[in-house]
Amino acid sequence: MTDLLTERQQLSYIAAKAADARLNVELETEGMTLNIGPQHPATHGTLRIIVRLDGEQVVWAEPSCGYMHRGYEKLSEVRTYPQVTTLVNRIDWLGSFANEVPFILAAERLMEVEAPPRAQWIRTILFELSRIANVTLFLGDLGVQLGAVTPVFFAFRDREHVLNLIESVTGGRFHPNFDRIGGLKDDLPKGFIDECRLGMRKIRNFCDEIEDLLIGNEIFQARTRGVGIIPREVALQYGLSGPNIRASGVDWDLRRDQVLPMAWDKVDWRVWTHPDGDSFARCWVRLQETREATKIVDQLLDGLPSGPIMAKVPRIIKVPAGEAWVSTENPLGEMGYYVVSKGDLGPFRVKIRSASFNNISVVPWVLRGVYVPDIITILASLYFILGDIDR
Amino acid sequence: MMLAVEIPYWGQSLFRVLGGIVAVLIPAGTIVYVFLFKMMSFMQSRLGPMEAGPYGSLQLVAEVGKWLQKEDTAPERADHSIFKLAPLIVLLSTFLLVAAVPFGPDAWITNFQAGVFYALAVSSISVLGILVAGWSSANKYSLLGGLRAAGQLIAYELPLVLATLGVVIQAGSMNMQDIVVAQGTESIFGWDGIGNPYVLTQFVGFLVFMIAVQAELTQPPFDMPIAESELVSGYMTEYSGFRFLIFFIAEFATVGVFSLIASILFLGGWSVPFSWFGWDSLDEVADWMNLAGPLILFTKMMVLSFLIMWVRFSFPRFREDQLQRFAWKFLIPLALANIVITAIFKVAM
Amino acid sequence: MALTPKMPGLIKGLAVTLKTLGRTVTQGPETVQYPHEKETPPIRARGVIALREDNCTVCMLCARSCPDWCIYIEGHKTLAPPRRAGGKPRSVSLLDRFDIDYALCMYCGICVEVCPFDALFWSPEYEYSESRIADLLHDKDKLGEWMETVPEAPELEAGAAKGKK
Repeated sequence: MTDLLTERQQLSYIAAKAADARLNVELETEGMTLNIGPQHPATHGTLRIIVRLDGEQVVWAEPSCGYMHRGYEKLSEVRTYPQVTTLVNRIDWLGSFANEVPFILAAERLMEVEAPPRAQWIRTILFELSRIANVTLFLGDLGVQLGAVTPVFFAFRDREHVLNLIESVTGGRFHPNFDRIGGLKDDLPKGFIDECRLGMRKIRNFCDEIEDLLIGNEIFQARTRGVGIIPREVALQYGLSGPNIRASGVDWDLRRDQVLPMAWDKVDWRVWTHPDGDSFARCWVRLQETREATKIVDQLLDGLPSGPIMAKVPRIIKVPAGEAWVSTENPLGEMGYYVVSKGDLGPFRVKIRSASFNNISVVPWVLRGVYVPDIITILASLYFILGDIDR
Repeated sequence: MMLAVEIPYWGQSLFRVLGGIVAVLIPAGTIVYVFLFKMMSFMQSRLGPMEAGPYGSLQLVAEVGKWLQKEDTAPERADHSIFKLAPLIVLLSTFLLVAAVPFGPDAWITNFQAGVFYALAVSSISVLGILVAGWSSANKYSLLGGLRAAGQLIAYELPLVLATLGVVIQAGSMNMQDIVVAQGTESIFGWDGIGNPYVLTQFVGFLVFMIAVQAELTQPPFDMPIAESELVSGYMTEYSGFRFLIFFIAEFATVGVFSLIASILFLGGWSVPFSWFGWDSLDEVADWMNLAGPLILFTKMMVLSFLIMWVRFSFPRFREDQLQRFAWKFLIPLALANIVITAIFKVAM
Repeated sequence: MALTPKMPGLIKGLAVTLKTLGRTVTQGPETVQYPHEKETPPIRARGVIALREDNCTVCMLCARSCPDWCIYIEGHKTLAPPRRAGGKPRSVSLLDRFDIDYALCMYCGICVEVCPFDALFWSPEYEYSESRIADLLHDKDKLGEWMETVPEAPELEAGAAKGKK
């Protein structure tokens, strides 16, 4: 265009072209680009997944995360260790005690102090309670994503028992802030052991109910079997962890494979895997893990040692200089903290390896060629928490 | 019913229209309160709405008021005239449907000789309304919902029709009143203690009909068009306020009306077995049956609505290709087999 | 993909919902009709922070350790009479201002834990929402009023070391 257009004319020309392009994209059923999110009932938070559809099949998909980035790693640079412990609760807000543990263990490793046995056992109990709280919500939410409105109410109803237990010990339902370098903040209140046993019985009942209502339902199985198969090699390459990788047949559980000052090696439990790698396998593995977690808690309650819950640490904690990496088997997967300390009151740098960030990296691969309703099934079965992805 | 006063034609028509409106709105309201608010909540270990009125009985009034006072929005690029028309089409089909339902020996709105045929034909009008709603919303999600709805509703029309054919063969007439009377007067193997409700002999047809009704109403497990967690609200996404209220009322009114039709076809409608009172045909039925008939029909409707709602709250949803496969490869052959067997028995006995 | 669903799974699902329906009708729901009935939170529940002004020495440890910096403290030094006759007057710090901004507070409890003089306590009281955010700044009088709601610390479970807090 050699003649000089005014700016206004240029702008209206561009706008008209864009409107045409939009209209073409929308009216044709080929190559329709659909934005799932960031405001959408299906995604567990503000996640945006851009899919390109051909009719009802996905041709290309990409997750676009970062809508919930809160800058934990940067915030940690200007906070002391107790303050970082508080912040870190909020990464995976459903299984919140589990977030504190690897951080505290890393700091304890740098300080070369170990928590007394009673503290280790209680830490493990609370860790498994967080796992139960997290995964029961998954089981309920799974129903909602697939259209069954009732399981989610059962999930919240029975999760209350676990949250009440956590609240009676720590004072907070969702953000316990209970782990301290060297042990725990407080001991268990009277009556906790009996209440906990009762709570575990109720969770086991809930698992049975969910199995009857949802997992054993033929419609559910028709929706999830064979959908979103992630083969073993792909799962290993993409760095999946937690129940997602165990559902693809990989026998990988950090509770058993690592030596940490926690009490998992003191009790008898098994790791659940499933060879299929489809959505049903992921759901099934999580259901079994919840049941296993209740058994772990029962055994821990039986053998709880007595003693102090805090090691001898100075009042004002300055962690010696050094670097430490600790990762644990969190409810969502493998969560790890790389703590770099320069001998101050607070860490110099904390790198958080969160499970959902890696779990969601497999989404472009697994969503190729699936139908639109299956997108939701697969995302629901992968189970990520936005706070965990974005930190 | 013989009245002392001769009502002019316009008066009768007015009664009929009012009766039709009442017959649609009362089941809708009762089903929404008893099943949606209360039964669903009780199945989920909670109490449901309790604040508006005693035990939440006025919740529906509050909801209607809430929707009425909302802003009447429409997307800018929507096709406005069709956008506004779509909910009315869906509600229209419900009102037309209830016109064929007999409530008592003389309490009917119209008494078509081909009542069943009319009812099935008119129930398909709602498909048009849904398609139009999905298209005119200028929203990708609504379009997807509308397309899914079109495929599903058309696919499940066939099992619906085929299931009723078994009843028609057995009763020997398409007139709804005749079907009711046949169930009241016939006997099973010579014993007429409970008449002959077709749910016993047409059990397969009953199941197929109820499943097809669940799909026609886009209720879970067949609610792909409104898959809430994927398409937000499917074809209803862009509707708010009064227009959404019309969709909502239409959905539950249609649940009620289809339950009415199902209870007429399979449970004996407004009749109790005639042998209890010694009547032999329609003419001998007492006049008080015109008052008791609607109540009996209402009770049967509530039983069937309970079944529909119970399944609705318990199951996840089908994917639409599984849904289609289920209809075409399972329900239709089953319904056809049912017709063949019914015909054989009708001729042989 | 199963064409003909096996009945048992579907029927069991229906049975579960029906059973829950029966349980709610006979034994009542699992929910509590707030605000007509209220559940009491556990003793350690972190509802609101209460201040015991007598114990506070304006050491500022709580304000420094708060992750959100939501505690505002101002104090002044004054001379108090000597402890015994003939001694020197002691200088004590008195609070002028002790505000906690509950709009910022994370309810982490670091301030309560870190206070060396037991001037801050947790209370399970949770019904203090306001219609203006500015009213969520509780000054020291209001924080002192919360002291009435602070419960006794619960007894500890068997096996706990005696004498620990």
